[in-house]
Amino acid sequence: MVNEKMVNDSDFINTLLLTGKLAGWTTAILFVLGLPIAYVLSYKRFWFKSLVEALISMPMVLPPTVLGFYMLVAYSPQDAFGSFLEKYLDVRLAFSFEGVLLASLVFSLPFMIQPLQNGLTAIPVSLREAAYTLGKSKTETFFKVLIPNMIPSIVTALAMTFAHCIGEFGVVIMVGGNMSGETRVASIAIYDEVQALNYDVANQYSLVLFIISLVILTVIYSMNGKTAPNP
Amino acid sequence: MGKLPLTPKGEQKIVLINITKKDMIKGNIPDETKLNSPLGVGGSLKINIERSMLTSEGNSLLKVDLEIANNELLCLFGHSGAGKTTLLRILAGLFTPDRGFISFNGEVWYDSAKNINLPPQQRNVGFVFQDYALFPNMTVRKNIEFAQKTNDADEVNSLLSHFGLEALQKQYPAKLSGGQKQRVALARALAAKPNLLLLDEPLSALDYEMRLSLQDEILKAHKLLNSQTLLVSHDKEEVLKLADTVVMLRNGAVINQGKPINIFT
Repeated sequence: MVNEKMVNDSDFINTLLLTGKLAGWTTAILFVLGLPIAYVLSYKRFWFKSLVEALISMPMVLPPTVLGFYMLVAYSPQDAFGSFLEKYLDVRLAFSFEGVLLASLVFSLPFMIQPLQNGLTAIPVSLREAAYTLGKSKTETFFKVLIPNMIPSIVTALAMTFAHCIGEFGVVIMVGGNMSGETRVASIAIYDEVQALNYDVANQYSLVLFIISLVILTVIYSMNGKTAPNP
Repeated sequence: MGKLPLTPKGEQKIVLINITKKDMIKGNIPDETKLNSPLGVGGSLKINIERSMLTSEGNSLLKVDLEIANNELLCLFGHSGAGKTTLLRILAGLFTPDRGFISFNGEVWYDSAKNINLPPQQRNVGFVFQDYALFPNMTVRKNIEFAQKTNDADEVNSLLSHFGLEALQKQYPAKLSGGQKQRVALARALAAKPNLLLLDEPLSALDYEMRLSLQDEILKAHKLLNSQTLLVSHDKEEVLKLADTVVMLRNGAVINQGKPINIFT
């Protein structure tokens, strides 16, 4: 009985750690990719910009299983992408953590891009122009003027991406399945435990996700409240 | 022209001279101010440009051919949509003309025939925006320091002192009044030691008393710069008090230019 409890605790912690690892990597990678993408979408004009914005926003309206299905098909060695990865890089993404991570990056993209884009477009154009006329390069202006003046948007982007990622279910189960220690994240574990009628364990997972989400949202609202512009 | 004072590093340095309000009345600035004001490099500004504009009254063509002498404070005067701000932004490199030529002190900033168009970073102009464009994440002092090409605390102190900002140096822009923001914007523009100073309706958002006070600050900034200042305004009193020359624009065309007293009387 004691051994079984220990195994269960170990599974519980490993699942939560894997969930945190997936959400952490997704958030970190998307932040690095999201800043330049948001910059281009905020300040550049090009003829297919609306198409790019629509594609980035698709995960917000598309059922996760649809995206998961396409990702799974793409990962297949019968598909060009999957075949390329297996042949030249000896990588199989289906039912692996890396495959789930890649799907998570695609699926969480709008949660990172949109707050960053909103933050950048909310900064008056004259601030950028003032920096340019003072001889500052676009890069220096970006890091010393734009980034410090959009901290609430950055916090929102990071928190929303992380929070969304720890709760993701459909995409993960489609491309990763339910492999303990590899692709079994908390949201899938909840489903799994409920199917097995282990409501106590499902409740533990649910409570942890509930508390994490509440803390994240409280932080966002708190920061946005503190940085509201003076009347 | 007297020799400019140098710092121990051999750089030109701001020298502050007390100028009273009376001194600020045109033509009554002490000569030593001009001699010791080392910020601007001086030189002739030549502008011959065309740019199509979309205004509330439809399309119009901004067509300007001007040569502005060193030390001149020139006011661009006209109704909204006349092209005043557009011209200022073209000079700063924030807008690109359709065709033409701009040079300052022999350096070509824009030449459509030779495909030359220096970005704002390479023109070194001091631009004071209508909304001041102070960086909200920086204190008053940091705003001025950020504008400097090389850090010089003494020079920042001089500018803070000159514009009466010493007590406010640790404040963030959000805590400042409109007049205080304007003074910071002027000090920041000068901290970059610009080739010329461009002021886009800098007093339009202020009340009458504050306007009068800041008109003196603008004259102060102009004398410190020792180069051309271009000021956009549609206030005749302001133009009469500040400008050496006024250029009247209407629908993008220069319809009159000369001394304000001759233009407005």
